[in-house]
Amino acid sequence: MTLYPEPMADPVPNPRSMAAGIRRRVLAHVLANNGGYLSQACSAAELLAVLYGRVLNLSPLPAPLHPPAFEAVPGPDAPRVSGGLFHGEPGPDLDRFIISPAHYALVVYAALIEAGRLDEAALDQFNKDGSTVEMIGAEHSPGFETTTGSLAQALSTAGGIALGRRMKDETGRTFVFMSDGEFQEGQTWEALQALVYYRLDTVRVIVDVNRAQCDGPMDSVMTIEPLATKLKAFGASVDSVDGHDIAALTRALERSTGRPHFVLAYTDPTRGVPLMNERRPVLHYLRFTGDDERSRYQDYYDDLLATGADGADR
Amino acid sequence: MSAAREVPIVTRPHVENFIRWSADKPEVVVLSADLTNSCEVGKWRDTYPERFFSMGMAEQNMLSFAGGLAREGFEPWLHTFAVFLYRRPLDQLQMSVAYPNLRVRLVGFLPGITTPGGVTHQAIDDIAVMRAIPNMTILETGDATEVESVLDVAHAIDGPVYIRMLRGEVPRLFPQDERFTFNRARALSLAGNTIHDPADLVVLTSGILTEEALRAVPALQSAGVSVTHLHVSTLKPFTDPTIIHALQAATGAIVTMENHLITGGLGSAVAETMAEAGISTPLHRIGLPDTYAHGASQAHLLAEYHLDAFSLVRTAEIALDRELAIDAVDLAPVRVAATHSSAKVEAL
Repeated sequence: MTLYPEPMADPVPNPRSMAAGIRRRVLAHVLANNGGYLSQACSAAELLAVLYGRVLNLSPLPAPLHPPAFEAVPGPDAPRVSGGLFHGEPGPDLDRFIISPAHYALVVYAALIEAGRLDEAALDQFNKDGSTVEMIGAEHSPGFETTTGSLAQALSTAGGIALGRRMKDETGRTFVFMSDGEFQEGQTWEALQALVYYRLDTVRVIVDVNRAQCDGPMDSVMTIEPLATKLKAFGASVDSVDGHDIAALTRALERSTGRPHFVLAYTDPTRGVPLMNERRPVLHYLRFTGDDERSRYQDYYDDLLATGADGADR
Repeated sequence: MSAAREVPIVTRPHVENFIRWSADKPEVVVLSADLTNSCEVGKWRDTYPERFFSMGMAEQNMLSFAGGLAREGFEPWLHTFAVFLYRRPLDQLQMSVAYPNLRVRLVGFLPGITTPGGVTHQAIDDIAVMRAIPNMTILETGDATEVESVLDVAHAIDGPVYIRMLRGEVPRLFPQDERFTFNRARALSLAGNTIHDPADLVVLTSGILTEEALRAVPALQSAGVSVTHLHVSTLKPFTDPTIIHALQAATGAIVTMENHLITGGLGSAVAETMAEAGISTPLHRIGLPDTYAHGASQAHLLAEYHLDAFSLVRTAEIALDRELAIDAVDLAPVRVAATHSSAKVEAL
């Protein structure tokens, strides 16, 4: 006889195992397709795991959804299809989640699968003709509520959404996921000044500060630091945290400050896949140089599966 | 000699009309980029402060913000100079508003050469740019009646709308009860009894150049030219059967007149329509010929770039290969609007 019953299974896995699942799924996909946006999974796995697994207050889905097939782009005779479908039915007191860097799509899809919101077979449709599971997330792609592939527009759109929600007396928060390169765009700072001017304190932004962009390390392209100082000077509140520390991320994201709130998550774009360090300084997109490199990634993946390790400490 | 026509002038028709119109439409909000009085919404702001949003000189953010508001069920009416709605924030206009087909209204002031502000303020390519944007509807106002009644037309469209708007002292060319009708040209002169009757000259005009054409058409008719004259205010879509019927009835020449480059605007739309319908009548396009303009009065620029009433006469002579013996004094008189009159809050 046991004094205590067995703990109930958590309906949503804990963020640490979700993050491991995100990396594992993206790595498997990259192996199967000879390339992909792997460094973004390494840097952002915990960010998306904490959001979908712990912080975001979204309607539950009865079961993971299948992505709809592409039918039409929005137009006079074609209503808009929103990837927000995967975030459940919106509600006045519920959160919204706007994803800005659309090239993180594969990572977002993996996170939605881990969160039980997207059928795991969806990745088989990734970048396939006629599919909405696009390589660069479009407005109809799972998890994407807006058109954001042209970077730095999502923060402004989220500001408009938050302002509209306030006029409707809605209390839910509007979260935005951004990449650090977007702070090179002037529009980001235009958006920030408007968020502060209109005191849109329901807007919470998490930034994957992985310090890597398409041309290479950020400091070799255009530096954005001191980012926290700049954001504070504009009137936002800022928490700078280790982007792989689940407890710190959660605390920072849940903090109400009465201001538009930015969580700068400093991350390692090779975290969990140390082989990626060989490719520095350019990490933006992984395409295997040959069979040798590919087989070393395969060995690493097989090792992860065999040992059950989550790789997050590597 | 044509009889002098008295053209009634309405001072700032948008100001009170837009306030009245918005009263029972709580979803209508206004966004402005530091040109609030210049775009005649200062009093609107004071009347409805809770739904007026000053966005500062930050148009890229304003366009994407508008997209967010529209997604939440509001209908943002952006008021600024036309150039600042489509040049600087074109990517935001396309990705944050046009692609998702949102109900955002872009009210663009100072179309073409209506401003002495020079190249930075003169929207001479807006229609060309907007015509290349899927989901966009383009409306152009030509008088006070259209300034007033374009609001209902735009409001009824389930997608983004761009309005070429007039401000200040605006002539009333059309009776107040003959409202702006979506995708339907106004027949201002008919060569016969109907739009289908043959015409030596078919003239299609838009915006402020309709007033110029109205000065010239009576003189052309007096000189024995049969004229069908249409005023076009819906530039996209461009599927109005009235226009196709008029083009088919042209026997001598077709002339377009627009306060815009001759590429990409009314003249181009007419050319495309003619080609697709197999109409081979010679087409003459009056407008800015692949050139920027500069800062000067409207009357000066109309004459300098051959956009005025007399330019229509000269074009008709060339197009029909006829000496019409019309002098400038035969035209209806020029209505001179003061550049710095009290109707304009600021020089720009």
